[in-house]
Amino acid sequence: MREPALDYPDYKSTALRHPKQPLVYLPEQVTELTGPQLGDLRPGEIHNDLTKGHAGEPVGERIIVSGRLLDADGRPIRDSLIEIWQANAAGRYRHRWDRWPAPLDPNFTGGGRTVTDSEGRYEFVTIKPGPYPWGNHHNAWRPAHIHFSLLGRSFEQRLVTQMYFPGDPLFPYDPIFNSVRDELARERMISRFSIEESQDNWALAYKFDIVLGGRYQTPIEESH
Amino acid sequence: MSSDETPSQTVGPYLAIGLPWSDGPVADRGGVRIWGYVLDGAGDPIADALVETWHHDPPAFARSATDDDGRWEVTVPRAPYVAVHVFGRGILRHLTTRIYLEAADGDPVLAHVPADRRDTLMAQVGKDGGYRFDIRIQAQPPERETVFFDV
Repeated sequence: MREPALDYPDYKSTALRHPKQPLVYLPEQVTELTGPQLGDLRPGEIHNDLTKGHAGEPVGERIIVSGRLLDADGRPIRDSLIEIWQANAAGRYRHRWDRWPAPLDPNFTGGGRTVTDSEGRYEFVTIKPGPYPWGNHHNAWRPAHIHFSLLGRSFEQRLVTQMYFPGDPLFPYDPIFNSVRDELARERMISRFSIEESQDNWALAYKFDIVLGGRYQTPIEESH
Repeated sequence: MSSDETPSQTVGPYLAIGLPWSDGPVADRGGVRIWGYVLDGAGDPIADALVETWHHDPPAFARSATDDDGRWEVTVPRAPYVAVHVFGRGILRHLTTRIYLEAADGDPVLAHVPADRRDTLMAQVGKDGGYRFDIRIQAQPPERETVFFDV
């Protein structure tokens, strides 16, 4: 069975938002086996330091999040757009629907984007997001997480996921995290703390490699 | 899922912080306008969804968040169909479908779609020349539910 299941009753919002009819087989088609390259995208400003761009420094624990974007064969995916968004250090999102009474931070918006290098590497500087309550059930708190959006090489490789932090005590209680039933697969959403890449007197470092499944068609190389 | 693939998670309700681009919905100013609503199992519009479209010839990617009424809209180069992803709170893995702008007899993808559900993939021509396509994540009767593909 594919994971996470689309119908996952512990996460109540899935009830009216999962298809009830069986998914239909999609034969290999060039449209879905290809996808937008960087030049086909219009994301606007690329900025991978979420602590910059405001009058002052945001409150919270400054962190470096970095890793590699890879395909299922372990090959790096280069020149690929990565987008992230997150709550601030108090667990509050800068969004008009977020009513959680924790403070907004005038120096933190919570969105960033970058492009992978020739080895598939990426890096963000940000603030460690806080946990927050979300009303799914009594005492429902989301573990701290950063949303990640990946375009990959093809439309079929498209992925949106969440990066978690090691050792979060909320893991056993979170239905979104646990919608992935396979324990080893869940662990692939948890970043790894790195003392080696932490920077003295400045920031802790977390590593998060992302592996995209899905079929893709290798572009035909232009001959010169 | 392959042995080391990173699992999918929902975009959640606050995707607007990270995903929309100011000119994301418009891939080709002179192209065709496709719009519609994303509807849940109660028939209610989903105001925190995101729709992405792609076609390879010519390469064109568009991205539109739904507004407070659950309405999305893209303008893309004319093609027989576009591939579509749908994201939203409560959607743990994004949904994949296609929008056909013209009848496509013998189409290899439609050949796998049950005959009584093929209509759910056909856009309707509007009075202003745009195309209307509603995405019904659940529906009554069940055959009106938009066809989603297993990818």
